[in-house]
Amino acid sequence: MDVVQLSRLQFALTISFHFIFPSITIGLAGLIAVTETFRWYTKREVYDRMSVFLTKLFAVTFVIGVVSGVVMEFQFGTNWSTFSAYVGDIFGAPLAAEGVFAFFLESAFVGLVLFGRDRISSTVRWIAGLLVAFATLLSAFWILVANSFMQTPAGYTCSPDPACGPSTTKLVLTDFWAAVFNPSTLPRFFHTVAACYVAGAFFLVGVAAWYLLRQRHLDIARLSMTMGIIVAFLGSGAMFASGDLQTREVATYQPLKFAAMEGVCTTGSSVELAIFGLPPSQDCTTGALTVGVPAGLSLMMNLNPNSTIKGLDQQPDQSLWPPVAAPFIGFHTMVGLGALMMLIMTLGGFFLLKRSVEKHRWWLKLAVLAVPLPLLAIEIGWMVAEVGRQPWIVQGLMKTTAGVSPGVSSTDVAISIIGIVLLYALLFGLWLYSLGKEIRRGPEPAPSLIDAAASSAAAAKSAGGN
Amino acid sequence: MPFLATTWFVLLGVLFTGYALLDGFDLGAGVVHLFVARTDLERRQVLNSIGPVWDGNEVWLITAGGALFAAFPIVYATVFSGFYLAMMLVLASLILRAISIEYRGKETAKWWRAGWDLGFSVGSGLVALLLGVALGNLLNGVALDAGGVYRGGLIGLLNPFSLVVGVLTLALAAQQGSAWLVLKTEGDLNARAHRAQIAAQVVVVIAWLGATVLAFAGNLPAVGNFKTNIAAWIGPVLVVNAIVFGLRATVMGQQFRAFVCSSLTIAALAITAGAALYPNLVPAAVDSRSLTIANAHSSDLTLQVMLVVALFGMPVVIGYTSYIYWKFKGKVRLDEASY
Ligand code: HDD
Ligand code: HEM
Ligand code: HEM
Repeated sequence: MDVVQLSRLQFALTISFHFIFPSITIGLAGLIAVTETFRWYTKREVYDRMSVFLTKLFAVTFVIGVVSGVVMEFQFGTNWSTFSAYVGDIFGAPLAAEGVFAFFLESAFVGLVLFGRDRISSTVRWIAGLLVAFATLLSAFWILVANSFMQTPAGYTCSPDPACGPSTTKLVLTDFWAAVFNPSTLPRFFHTVAACYVAGAFFLVGVAAWYLLRQRHLDIARLSMTMGIIVAFLGSGAMFASGDLQTREVATYQPLKFAAMEGVCTTGSSVELAIFGLPPSQDCTTGALTVGVPAGLSLMMNLNPNSTIKGLDQQPDQSLWPPVAAPFIGFHTMVGLGALMMLIMTLGGFFLLKRSVEKHRWWLKLAVLAVPLPLLAIEIGWMVAEVGRQPWIVQGLMKTTAGVSPGVSSTDVAISIIGIVLLYALLFGLWLYSLGKEIRRGPEPAPSLIDAAASSAAAAKSAGGN
Repeated sequence: MPFLATTWFVLLGVLFTGYALLDGFDLGAGVVHLFVARTDLERRQVLNSIGPVWDGNEVWLITAGGALFAAFPIVYATVFSGFYLAMMLVLASLILRAISIEYRGKETAKWWRAGWDLGFSVGSGLVALLLGVALGNLLNGVALDAGGVYRGGLIGLLNPFSLVVGVLTLALAAQQGSAWLVLKTEGDLNARAHRAQIAAQVVVVIAWLGATVLAFAGNLPAVGNFKTNIAAWIGPVLVVNAIVFGLRATVMGQQFRAFVCSSLTIAALAITAGAALYPNLVPAAVDSRSLTIANAHSSDLTLQVMLVVALFGMPVVIGYTSYIYWKFKGKVRLDEASY
């Protein structure tokens, strides 16, 4: 493979790995903030233990997110130096803002909550919990601004050629807010953040279900189950709503990506909405082979079954088409997973209302197995977004092949990929191991139980002594 | 000289210096870890003295990297891609030390803890050394080709001057880290940290003199400003003061003052390095290829936006960071939340 392919592989590996962890921590931070609010307001001791427990799960995940994130921050410069020089005027500011506004806040208060819980008052602890959750959202926002600019650039001009011809060597910022709130920022932010809350909630539900199946830590498991199901249900709904928003945004601003996602080769009216099936071939000589709703796509996009949908053929130059199969399969898998997750949590919500969650052991088992589903959907969703952007690294402005570092050889990148794979395998193993350990240990038992155990032990002792 | 861009040259210096001061002490704690902390209890004390703050300290590096990307994109691109394998080693070392801190305490087996102790020490030391070697190469001048690309590879970075600067930063970290441990610990650990502090200060002096001699003997680009501009000597004068007062404070057992002097030594050396580079960010062997404040900066609008971000954001950051250091003031005590 050449440097470009290797660098893409490296970027895909490192970002896909990194994003597993923020997905969980963004979601968990939100759930911890809710728990903390209940603890602070009701002063009930069960919320205290629940929040401490969730914070432990957060901490083991957070650290892997941090170490893999540092790699991301520098990878633009190491592997994509031409790209970095090209977009730095615009792309660098969100990255720096993320550091100033989000990472400092997050790391400071995570440290305080983890190590200094007994040094601060109940109110400060609550505020710290809220600040951590807020900081995770800020960091998601700023990094998504950077990514969204690559997808739908705005607020810039080209230098030295304002017409953005081939002599362009860099982009120059002309309107900061237009660049920040470029057309895809907000849809992407809502969709991604909702996805993270769903991931956190599925995680919580899975842990709670595991305890319920084993009849352990029942008080905290029940609370977590209730809170988890509510958030996961609402979140799954939000996925559809925000996903719909995003689909429309993509159709408007990245029509070729949209055509690839839906597998539409030829522009026409009354286009079918594919539900599942096979993608068209890359050159569209064989079309998609699908089962779907007739005229559904036309209806959905334009509220008119006869309306026209633009296919890949809107761009006669096939070299500018994105890969077709991956976005098509990815998109349908993501939506399918979304539907499955919605189904699981609708059932969960139903059982919750009937107060019968614990009776349905099969559902509890399903909830444990479902923990990776949102993470899978998230990874696949990014695959759709990023592969669908090809062959551009900055949509319509710079090709991915033009973005790499000229001084870096394929041997260099191959060496770093091997190192990264080995190191990340170790990280992943450590994460699973410590997560498993924390979950098996579980939250601290309630003081009333400890008292009961101690007094019965004391009673046994005094009985034996007599 | 463009005013905004020069401001950002200075602010970047502040960010990287903040990183050197703060992560300096937790990297340095790692550098001296194996020597000063012998028992399991002492090693836990070392880790817990940096536990609540090391991640926040590392954010200074992340933010400095982001700010460099925004303010001088070509420099970010040229340096990080040019020093490719060295950068990858820095990243691997940062990961290694972070997970060593986090995972050491998860098991009690001897081999487990000894392994992570080693990882913490080696990882921390490599970060301090490699970043110093990178700085040394900037001061030494980088062999950029006509396209502005450095193609010398990892081996090309290993020249004597840069290696001496690497030893200097390693020793500075050890000095800062042991000064921190003296502040935070008691008993045998404290006594050993104090001895390590004196040893590190001696190495700092030797390495600094060595680097200075090599720079003048080789007539490196870094000495140009010192020959033509008397103001450039402010840095070295401050360095000498900080070192002398630091040695005195250390020997007299003035713990807090010694830590402050150690920090001032780092800051003064950073000022010296900044004065040596100015107005270049990346001096090239062929002068016309150098990346300078004037030819590498971003647009004025970006620099203004960044200035607003920094002026609003950093005081707040410094405010709550101080609050958190204050909350953890005093000697480390271990409790159930500890590593
Ligand atoms: C829990 C995870 C999850 C679930 C259930 C869904 N998505 Fe999603 N999707 C993501 C997680 C995600 C993501 C990881 O957050 C992505 C990647 C890039 C992005 O902006 O969000 C994404 C991308 C993404 C894109 C591409 C955006 C782009 O290329 O700019 C579209 C059009 C949708 N989604 C639409 C949907 C629809 C209609 C869904 C219906 C259920 C859906 N997603 C479910
Ligand atoms: C390529 C792009 C990315 C870069 C450069 C990047 C950079 C980083 C860095 C440097 C850290 C460590 C911060 C620390 O030390 O505290 C980090 C962690 C984090 N990142 Fe990323 N990141 C990227 C992608 C993402 C995405 C897409 C999101 C969210 C939508 C995200 C959200 C977070 C969060 C919430 C954390 C905190 C740590 C955690 O929760 O695990 N990052 N990232
Ligand atoms: C965590 C979520 C993300 C995932 C899973 C992801 C995934 C990917 C994948 C799979 C590729 C390779 C695509 C290909 O070339 O075939 C890629 C490339 C890239 N992505 Fe992302 N990405 C994510 C977030 C981001 C963010 C937040 C940014 C920017 C801030 C970003 C910037 C890039 C860049 C610069 C490349 C390299 C150029 C390219 O191949 O297009 N990515 N990403």
